[in-house]
Amino acid sequence: MQTQKGIVEDLQGIVGLDNVREATADDAIEGVEPSLVVEPGSVEEISAVMKLAAREDLAVSPRGGGTKIHVGNPPQRLDLILSTARMNEIMEHTPGDQIVRVEAGVKLEDLQEQVSGSDQMLVLDPPESGATVGGIIAANSSGPRRYKYGTIRDLIIGITIVLHDGTVAKAGSKVVKNVAGYDLSKLFTGSLGTLGVIATANFRLHPRPAAARTVAVEVAGSRQAQAAAQAIVHSQVEATAVELHYGEDEKILTVLLESIPGGIEAKVETASFLLKQFGEVRTLSDEEADHLGPLAPPEVADEVVLKIGAPPADLSAVLESVLGAAERRGLAHPRITGHAGTGVTFVGLSSEDEDAAAGLVGEMREIQVRKGGNVTLQRAPLTLKQRVGTWDNGGDYLGLVRRVKEKFDPRGGMNPGRFLGGI
Amino acid sequence: MERSRLIRAMEGILGAEGVIHEHEQLRTYECDGLMNYRVIPDLVVLPETGEHVQRIVRLCYDEGIPFVARGSGTGLSGGALPVKSGVLIVLTRVRKILEVDIPNQRIVVEPGVVNIWVSQEVADEGYYYAPDPASQIVSSIGGNLAENSGGVHCLKYGFTTNHVMGAEVVLPDGSVTHLGGGRTPDAPGYDLLGAFVGSEGTLGIATRITLRLVRTPESVQTLLAAFEDTEGAGGAVSGIIGEGIIPAAIEMMDQLTIEAVEAAVHPGLPDAGAVLVIELDGPEAEVEEQFGRVMEICEENEATEIRVAEDDAERALFWKARKAAFGAMGRISNDYYVQDGVIPRTELPSVLKRISELSEEYKLRVANVFHAGDGNLHPLVLYNNATEGEAERAEELAGEIVFACLDHGGSLTGEHGIGHDKKKYMPKMFTDDDMNVMQLLRCAFDPHQISNPGKIFPTPRLCGERPGPFHMHPLQKAGIVEQF
Repeated sequence: MQTQKGIVEDLQGIVGLDNVREATADDAIEGVEPSLVVEPGSVEEISAVMKLAAREDLAVSPRGGGTKIHVGNPPQRLDLILSTARMNEIMEHTPGDQIVRVEAGVKLEDLQEQVSGSDQMLVLDPPESGATVGGIIAANSSGPRRYKYGTIRDLIIGITIVLHDGTVAKAGSKVVKNVAGYDLSKLFTGSLGTLGVIATANFRLHPRPAAARTVAVEVAGSRQAQAAAQAIVHSQVEATAVELHYGEDEKILTVLLESIPGGIEAKVETASFLLKQFGEVRTLSDEEADHLGPLAPPEVADEVVLKIGAPPADLSAVLESVLGAAERRGLAHPRITGHAGTGVTFVGLSSEDEDAAAGLVGEMREIQVRKGGNVTLQRAPLTLKQRVGTWDNGGDYLGLVRRVKEKFDPRGGMNPGRFLGGI
Repeated sequence: MERSRLIRAMEGILGAEGVIHEHEQLRTYECDGLMNYRVIPDLVVLPETGEHVQRIVRLCYDEGIPFVARGSGTGLSGGALPVKSGVLIVLTRVRKILEVDIPNQRIVVEPGVVNIWVSQEVADEGYYYAPDPASQIVSSIGGNLAENSGGVHCLKYGFTTNHVMGAEVVLPDGSVTHLGGGRTPDAPGYDLLGAFVGSEGTLGIATRITLRLVRTPESVQTLLAAFEDTEGAGGAVSGIIGEGIIPAAIEMMDQLTIEAVEAAVHPGLPDAGAVLVIELDGPEAEVEEQFGRVMEICEENEATEIRVAEDDAERALFWKARKAAFGAMGRISNDYYVQDGVIPRTELPSVLKRISELSEEYKLRVANVFHAGDGNLHPLVLYNNATEGEAERAEELAGEIVFACLDHGGSLTGEHGIGHDKKKYMPKMFTDDDMNVMQLLRCAFDPHQISNPGKIFPTPRLCGERPGPFHMHPLQKAGIVEQF
């Protein structure tokens, strides 16, 4: 075992003098403070850092933009933050092949800017700004366009990872169609830094639609919200996103439509026709869409944000159960939004009544988990997380999840304790 | 376990009619769709339910007997090649459609259900199952899942992995687990379902599979365009993709393929150096405009003829021609080897040139069929098995073609899988570390490596488990593998 000074010197030898620093309070993860922050600038440097971490048995948390660093349990132990800030190179963008290869620390905005020059996009639209590609993969972040294009698992085509002991491995390739070897890209999607460091990733790109409009319908209640969402989902309009804002006063289902200039009007007409039986329909102006549309950034002021995964055709039941549970506990009308077409509902609570919040989470889990759904704390004070857990217990696959963790990180050095089941 | 005792134990689970042990009958199962490799299994079992599968696997686990799962046996990489002294679990009788959930766009099926049955089941509701391998009238959903099968429409709609939303899986120790949310999004934990799909039967056996259903499009337009050569056809493909159009399918056939298809199914294809079959689907106004643009692009690339399918019958004829391509080779050659490689789309001209050079060098004809939109090539190497040494030359040529794909930044396989056939090539695409890390996943699912052993990886690794049911792994005893 080295002294901290010795470790710092060794790290400086790997990444250069300026790229190792003492951690500050800002680097703490859920109250746990690391000792050092290191910023490797290449796959080789990540590997060398991880070898050193293994030798010294340091607990490592990989960090991208830090926008989702609060998600999960507090780490069991934490020595080193491995920041991917210097891993910011776009390695390849071949417009004709509709693919991009990037280092994990590339910010999504920068990637989009690069590929937009060729009228292309990586169809990932998580609401947080400043997120890196690696962080988005690790947290499996998604946004409204997942309704049409799927989530990261549907867009990632290759990955380079560095394991706890510095082993570098790649899987997949840079072609969109490939079945050679196991699909580790998917395994690492949503792994929250507990299996290894994501160093680079390859993605499939899509053409950027030339025309977009948002059609909105104001609904009276949950049944109409569900019926309106179902009408779009079962139609042939090929919507890009179906989003719900379900506030106390304003209850709006918005449908993002994208097409070529010659196709957009017909889509707007079809969607408007389908929706008008459920309430007042209008096409949002660009300004309104910025505020109300599917891609509008969410308010983040809420103390507690729950994410509920349920069958999309159960939307009304989900909404009613949330409202009922809140009302019985004397909570104000929660701020409810969601990807209504895919069955994801977000519930924001602004109350500081932790007993009530814990009760609501418990009740939602009671209802949803039994039916195969899931309830996750996306944002919550530490005390609430410790009380009810960030995740429900998952399914009967938890044993397998643990075995995968043990194989990839036998030392328990990768973000220990942060994920499902305390892995 | 003595063979006679094993037979009795299996008969105890399945009844006598569910166990095949006579040598001549076993020979029926000695290979899958790739007939170059043959192994006669010790025993073939025919379960009828997921519970049967679980009890069979448990018995294999307890007795340390390797097993291989097989669906309809249409695979083209020897993925369902039996193992010697092993049990072949044939899933064709586990074939119930269990649940249709239109509101959530899901269907739950057993693994033996044939691909096309799924679309037939929900057609009246205006839905279908998108992945459509050419074998879809025979191949099973369980086999599609194991291989992560593609098809002609995956450019727009994705592959099997994008359509399998949940699976009940019998793990190699006989326990049962449920992967993926099924009807619900974002199941917490690692994406084990994503890792399981396409694992070629090496991580366990899926016994209940939840699939995503896709709404049938409002409009479908299909055309067939003829070109002087593959270069012209390739130019049209690049032009279409470059405009940001994502057709439901773009397929290319070269002159030799056209000749064979014409001889086999007489679809009346134009006499040309290459043809494209292009299909667009979606909302009517969108399809209408883009289809017009596609025709213009074909003309700009000097298409010699463009035929638009006037109705479903003509569309079906175009697709019949394309889907008959592999089988049609029998009309122009005694034997043929189907290759499956992938290249970045932009590399098409240089790879085609390389294939033509290789064809001359080896003095063997190569017919080319491509999923041109996603760069997935199916060169068909024609040979005559009766000519001494020609089969070996054909295999070598097929290997050189796939190396050319790798040299141009592509992959060893786009949809047929590594299986037994291509495991020897894996080190050309992956380093030892890459493959060792992949096998960590194997070790988590199947520490004793009894589920389809000897596939995918050229050098199986043991997993450092304490001896459980085994004192020494049979593969280790035989000196085939080393301790990991």
